[in-house]
Amino acid sequence: MILRKILESIGFEVEQAENGRVAYDLLCSWIPFDVPDLALVDWNMPEMNGIELIEAIRDNSELDALKIIMCTTETEVSQMTLALLTGANEYVMKPFTAETIIDKMALIGMPVGTS
Amino acid sequence: MPITSLEFDVVRKMIYERAAIVLEPGKEYLVEARLGPLARADGCTINQLIGRLRNGTERSLSDRVVEALTTNETAFFRDVKPFETLKSTVLPEIIARKSASRQLNIWCAASSSGQEPYTIAMTLKEHFPQLLNWQVRILCTDISTEMVTRTKLGRYSQLEIGRGLPAPMLLKYFNRVGLEWEAAPELKRWLDVRQMNLAAPWPTLGKQDVVFCRNVLIYFDVDTKRSILRRIRDLITPEGYLFLGAAETTRGLDDQFESMHIGSGGCYRVLGAGKTVERRVS
Repeated sequence: MILRKILESIGFEVEQAENGRVAYDLLCSWIPFDVPDLALVDWNMPEMNGIELIEAIRDNSELDALKIIMCTTETEVSQMTLALLTGANEYVMKPFTAETIIDKMALIGMPVGTS
Repeated sequence: MPITSLEFDVVRKMIYERAAIVLEPGKEYLVEARLGPLARADGCTINQLIGRLRNGTERSLSDRVVEALTTNETAFFRDVKPFETLKSTVLPEIIARKSASRQLNIWCAASSSGQEPYTIAMTLKEHFPQLLNWQVRILCTDISTEMVTRTKLGRYSQLEIGRGLPAPMLLKYFNRVGLEWEAAPELKRWLDVRQMNLAAPWPTLGKQDVVFCRNVLIYFDVDTKRSILRRIRDLITPEGYLFLGAAETTRGLDDQFESMHIGSGGCYRVLGAGKTVERRVS
């Protein structure tokens, strides 16, 4: 909910999914024309966790342009490394602020109005 | 209770005398926001704190107030463009020019808690491996002794490392220490961190190839800005580079500097220096 508010405040439309499986199905339903620009992915989700979701996204060439930020309470170096190796473009550890999310989006080339 | 205009004047006068920083009327909110934590730490109100300041008997209190009012917001890779300019143009030119002496001196004139010098160190490590055999010094100065200590320690909270630092660089250049992240020794060894008041006489700092003096001139009056720019010009090498904050300029303050536009960013050089570089680069 906090993420939704942050993203909407900077002009993004947001869709939410309750777990990784639903998120992946939703993404596939938008191929080829409405694939979103960014997925904010939690690590701990039922059915399909964040790492499994990133693996599925990166295995699907029609989702190549989708950028991914892992957004999680997991703070171990090994977990961060795994997420980036699996295909996340950035990694945000909770707690975070709106500025953190916007900074990370700018880092991966999202149009968020920062220099 | 909000501070009165008399109390605001006490703080204004003190910060001007100690650090030549101008607090314009209307900045009462800033004084309240910055001094609130100090007052809470001392178990008193802001009004009582300013009362103690007015008595002038506690030197350590005025030091703490100066620190609280001069600590600026900072982030890794803040504003991005200066570091792009450093990487794309400034460092390649300096490295080509100084390949014989192999010495690189960079000064962060208001280094705050260290994010800027560590960003510069990461930029050097990441893109210029040839500097391994160079004598590199990143001089870091700040008016606040607390910020000097923090920069030396190089430790940052999860929130701080979340601001502007790409995750791959975090993993490469920082080590986890409990809940914090500490800059790697390979970055720290380039930093020379000292306490210094830009508005007071400067100690000997040595010639500098690049000076970062970003988002600090805005706090000073015109005479102090001029004095700082003149002294930077004295210690910058003839072909050196000066980076100011996005809202700052040398225009109308020091006509011996000229601006240089590089991509969407830019920096300043002493008049005539750019022509030498253009000849060498082309």
